[in-house]
Amino acid sequence: MLLMKIIRSDKPGTWLLAILLVVSIVVPVLNLLVPENSAFHLSTYTVTLLGKYLTYALLALSADLVWGYLGILTLGHAAFFALGGYAMGMYLMRQIGERGVYGDPVLPDFMVFLNWQELPWFWYGFDQFWFAALMVMVVPGILAYVFGYLTFRSRVTGVYLSIITQAMTYALMLAFFRNEMGFGGNNGLTDFKDILGFDLRADSTRIALFLASAAALAIGYVLSRIIVSSRLGLASVAIRDAESRSRFCGYRVENIKLWVFVFSAIMAGVAGALYVPQVGIINPGEFSPLNSIELLIWVAIGGRGTLYGAIIGAILVNYAKTYFTAAMPEVWLYALGALFILVTLYLPKGIVGLRSMRREKT
Amino acid sequence: MKAMHILREFSRRDRVFDFLVKAVPPELDVSHNIILYLEGLNKSFDGFKAINNLNLYIETGELRCIIGPNGAGKSTMMDIITGKTRPDTGQAWFGQRLNLLEMDEPEIAEAGIGRKFQKPTVFENLTVSQNLELAMSQDKRVWPLLVARLNAEQRELIDEVLTIIGLNALAADPAGKLSHGQKQWLEIGMLLMQKPALLLVDEPVAGMTHQEMERTAELLTSLAGKHTVIVVEHDMDFVRSIARKVTVLHQGGVLAEGSMAEVQSNPRVIEVYLGE
Repeated sequence: MLLMKIIRSDKPGTWLLAILLVVSIVVPVLNLLVPENSAFHLSTYTVTLLGKYLTYALLALSADLVWGYLGILTLGHAAFFALGGYAMGMYLMRQIGERGVYGDPVLPDFMVFLNWQELPWFWYGFDQFWFAALMVMVVPGILAYVFGYLTFRSRVTGVYLSIITQAMTYALMLAFFRNEMGFGGNNGLTDFKDILGFDLRADSTRIALFLASAAALAIGYVLSRIIVSSRLGLASVAIRDAESRSRFCGYRVENIKLWVFVFSAIMAGVAGALYVPQVGIINPGEFSPLNSIELLIWVAIGGRGTLYGAIIGAILVNYAKTYFTAAMPEVWLYALGALFILVTLYLPKGIVGLRSMRREKT
Repeated sequence: MKAMHILREFSRRDRVFDFLVKAVPPELDVSHNIILYLEGLNKSFDGFKAINNLNLYIETGELRCIIGPNGAGKSTMMDIITGKTRPDTGQAWFGQRLNLLEMDEPEIAEAGIGRKFQKPTVFENLTVSQNLELAMSQDKRVWPLLVARLNAEQRELIDEVLTIIGLNALAADPAGKLSHGQKQWLEIGMLLMQKPALLLVDEPVAGMTHQEMERTAELLTSLAGKHTVIVVEHDMDFVRSIARKVTVLHQGGVLAEGSMAEVQSNPRVIEVYLGE
């Protein structure tokens, strides 16, 4: 009941959820039921692409929660995405079993290649889906907790915090590049065969993954909306705008920041876990600070501090990216930069800010 | 034998382990009718003595004005009381039992000291009533905040405070749209929501028009008695209009204390401050 009230008071969000629902009905129909030679047929490639956009949208949502509502300019949010992805990747690696190039029943190919005799301890349990699914949330959550506990408690804010988050993801990237870490070095984890026993290349599995991404995005959106429309959300905005003032109001700023940050990291981890089986690879490049920065550009272009803006931004920018990198690959980075500058100058509230700007004019 | 003994000790029913006893924070105790004790405070910043052997006692329910030239240590004193700054030496007690020097800002705020800043800082992107809602004294841990809903009693309190500060009509407007004076009143309202025993009000009328000033004077005098109010102010007319007891600070210490008339006739005060 309360949920309905919250959703109803958020019109754009209601529209977004409705569109998401329609898309998740239409896409499977167009892909599975419409014959392949029809003009309305949606190729599996497109379905996977859309699924990928949805995971990006979930990632952007998680970043908007901490940047838009708490004012934490995190330049390392992709790290949580990548960690969730790695946890899922480890499960998918162990699902390969004897079908790997070297045919080892337990060890993934890269370990055989490195002459390892047994599975490192941190790979235990990842043959179980439930365990991997748990780790998808627990690992980013714990990293966010430890990181947030140390930084927020010592009142690191603003640009210093941004630099530290960036250093964190950079350090993780360097670590994951090393073969000794046991995560496949610079090749990462790939060559996945199936998930929960279903063939990853089958159309139906792709559709299922797409639907799972849509569901995760919808759940993530509703949970985030509940948070920002609660008193905790008000307190977050208060912290964003006047941190020391909220301290004098009696708020434990570090705890509020910490738990919202942890929740956001978990959401990013789930996004990463859904991303990996759809693109079929996870490598240390996902930790690259550039990814985290690009993520913020999606949020800024869509509209910061609205939640739905982040989703719109992520989908639009990534669609543009797909288009440009195919049509004019050399232009893309310039186009992204130009877009970012234009939005900052003329649309400080992003694309979704257009609506309120027009309303103010009339 | 020894193991048996330990086991028996461990399972004694009348025994309560220390870690199981919930720590009860000491409550505000003003049985001696003094709500704030500052004794022998010293604080220096890079060799500059901002506070120099300051002694100050505030009675319960009193409206005390603190005046002093720039750099007299007024703001530093407020910072020490609210836990923002730690003194080098000295004591600061809230009532007889709460040692302010062992508490941090949220704890002090929860204990019942509210502070209004010199520059009005309200949460500009939130509405006036949301500002009050946030300032309300309540369980401010993360989970309770997430599930908190306004109940009838809290709504009533918000309405009551809105009436006191005269912003009823603007309750749903974002606080950023208020005028300077209105923001000051909203801040005082936010303080009231915390139901503080002691209100620290830093330069409440800076930048106000005459009508706004009168309104503020009324507001502050109406609060005294129910709350203890400490006002730091530069504007002598304003101080004259509300003060019952005035403390003059100079170079980090108390120069004079008494009624406005006494203080004004004090030759040392005239020398350093009023006679300028």
